Amino acid sequence: MELPAAITNLPKAPTGIRGLDDITGGGLPRGRPTLICGGPGCGKTLLAFETLARGAALYGEPGIFVSFEESPADLRINVANLAIDVADLEQRGLLLIEQISLDQGEVAEVGEYDLEGLFIRLGLLIDRIGAQRIVLDTIETLFSAFGNQNILRGELQRLFRWLRQRGLTAIITAERSGQGLSRFGIEEFVADCVILLDYRITEHVLTRYARIVKYRGSSHGVNEYPFTIGPRGITMLPITSFGLRYPVSAERISSGFPDLDQLLDGGGYYRGSTILVSGPTGSGKTSLGALFVAAACARGEPAIFFAFEESADQIARNLRSIGIDLQPWRDRGLLQIISSRPSLAGLETHLITLLEVVEQSGARAVVIDPITGFHTISRPVDITTMLFRLFDGLKSLGVTTLATSLTNAGADPAQSEVNISSLVDTWIVLRNHEANGERNRSLLVLKSRGMRHSNQVRELVMDANGLRLVDIYAAGETVLVGAARIAEQERLRHEYELRERETIQRQRRYALQQRLLSLQIEALQAELAALTDEMNADAALSEARAQAQIQSRLATSRYRDSTQEGSDGR
Amino acid sequence: MADEAPEYEYDLWLYIAGQTPKSLLAIANLRRICDQYLQSRYRVHVIDLHHEPERAISDNILAIPTLVRKLPPPIRKIVGDLSNTERVLVGLDLTPRQHTGS
Repeated sequence: MELPAAITNLPKAPTGIRGLDDITGGGLPRGRPTLICGGPGCGKTLLAFETLARGAALYGEPGIFVSFEESPADLRINVANLAIDVADLEQRGLLLIEQISLDQGEVAEVGEYDLEGLFIRLGLLIDRIGAQRIVLDTIETLFSAFGNQNILRGELQRLFRWLRQRGLTAIITAERSGQGLSRFGIEEFVADCVILLDYRITEHVLTRYARIVKYRGSSHGVNEYPFTIGPRGITMLPITSFGLRYPVSAERISSGFPDLDQLLDGGGYYRGSTILVSGPTGSGKTSLGALFVAAACARGEPAIFFAFEESADQIARNLRSIGIDLQPWRDRGLLQIISSRPSLAGLETHLITLLEVVEQSGARAVVIDPITGFHTISRPVDITTMLFRLFDGLKSLGVTTLATSLTNAGADPAQSEVNISSLVDTWIVLRNHEANGERNRSLLVLKSRGMRHSNQVRELVMDANGLRLVDIYAAGETVLVGAARIAEQERLRHEYELRERETIQRQRRYALQQRLLSLQIEALQAELAALTDEMNADAALSEARAQAQIQSRLATSRYRDSTQEGSDGR
Repeated sequence: MADEAPEYEYDLWLYIAGQTPKSLLAIANLRRICDQYLQSRYRVHVIDLHHEPERAISDNILAIPTLVRKLPPPIRKIVGDLSNTERVLVGLDLTPRQHTGS
């Protein structure tokens, strides 16, 4: 929950309890008393103790637990599985558990008295460890030990004032009865913060609730917030606590299915994203989930497969039949297959258990198969809310989640899950195609935020060799899958071969023609050369003849000149 | 101490916290009642928790003033300023007439 911090600058003492600090905007009022009321078995003592112990363990604030009822030994047993080392905190002087036993009904009262003895004792304890937090559980029992209510009310009022003056973050627990918040109206004195705990049983399932009745000087969540008491104490998951604040990763991780990675812009899913795989029975949802966790394990990342319909061994066996072997990852402790029936627990418990298991295991990839299993135990609106919180919670842990969703045959998946589609980053739709006496599967990436994904429907082929995606053949209006696709593929192959053969023949003919032409060119070239030779020879001959003619003409004229000179001289 | 035991049949401890009017009143009331009904068969310890605060824890004291009858057993507690003699006697299981025999 986004709380407007500006409204209050009231100092807060974080409880360290997940979720509670969200709805209180940071914790309990620091240095002031808080009242926690509720009926028996509501978890008051645990909430108080956890706040104290976590305050000591996480924030180094020493705390005192003053029990007016339970013995410290009993209390230690009750909180033994909080994942907090109580003994260690006690040894380090960060935690003090003290019982103040009351002599029930053995005390005679004669005249005026006060509870200065209690103040002195608390003062001693506080000074002993320099306490900053204190729990008084359950201070109301004083009312059964002492008779004079007027004196008690006055003294309690003084006690709270005194605690406040000493700057102690105090938690007082009170038994709820009837109309009022507490049996003796203690809420009148402890006015800073009042938290009411309650539980209800619906459909044989117990759900615990917490509500902040009052928080002076601070804004706070006003709803009833469900919480669980789990193996690690109290967990509250405020519906809106996450408020869309999680780190966004640009890292891509494989879907474990190379063909699908290709459709997803070649890279697979975004790390920390939420993937929904929806489809009818037997369309391959679980297989996609299994491939995804197997790929995570192959990267060395721990993964969890939550199975709400089948047992772990059943899933492992079924996947082996399509060539996916999860056993090695299970043996190496990387993969957990957690199988449970949705009806075994309430929605809230499922949600918190799931998140707790994921967080503890440090899993990086989670499969929930299927999320639709919860429809058997709850109303759709509750499931949507739960999924909202679940996906948010997983996202804030940086976990990549793949959830499967069963759609009814015939229903349009894009319609039936419209209420959760906004929650998921990548939505893969699987369909069954029944035609020509056989059933085949197809896969479509309906949406995938932040990447250019394929918009093409592919046929999903599953056999002993694993999963493959093949292009779908469309003949006119109909999509061809299975045998029809194979027939179409054959026809197309024949056509192609025929064309191929024709081309080769044509090529051969061209080459022949080319060779013929070049031969012809060669012959003509030779002819041309011969002709040139002949032409040159002829020209030389003519020249020689012309020279000879000139020479003879010169000789003739020289002869005629010499004879003409002799006759003239007589 | 062993020889003192029979001397002090009544071992009474009065817890106070400072010289408050309630405390002073309780001390005065106790002395008066003891003198009147127990003569010399008693011993009174007055514990001021402001001086011995640890005794509040070890003796499990919450209310002030608190009168504890440690002897004779069983232990009995009375809280308050002891302003009603009658009820103090009842609270201490001490009624003057019946007492002498037991």
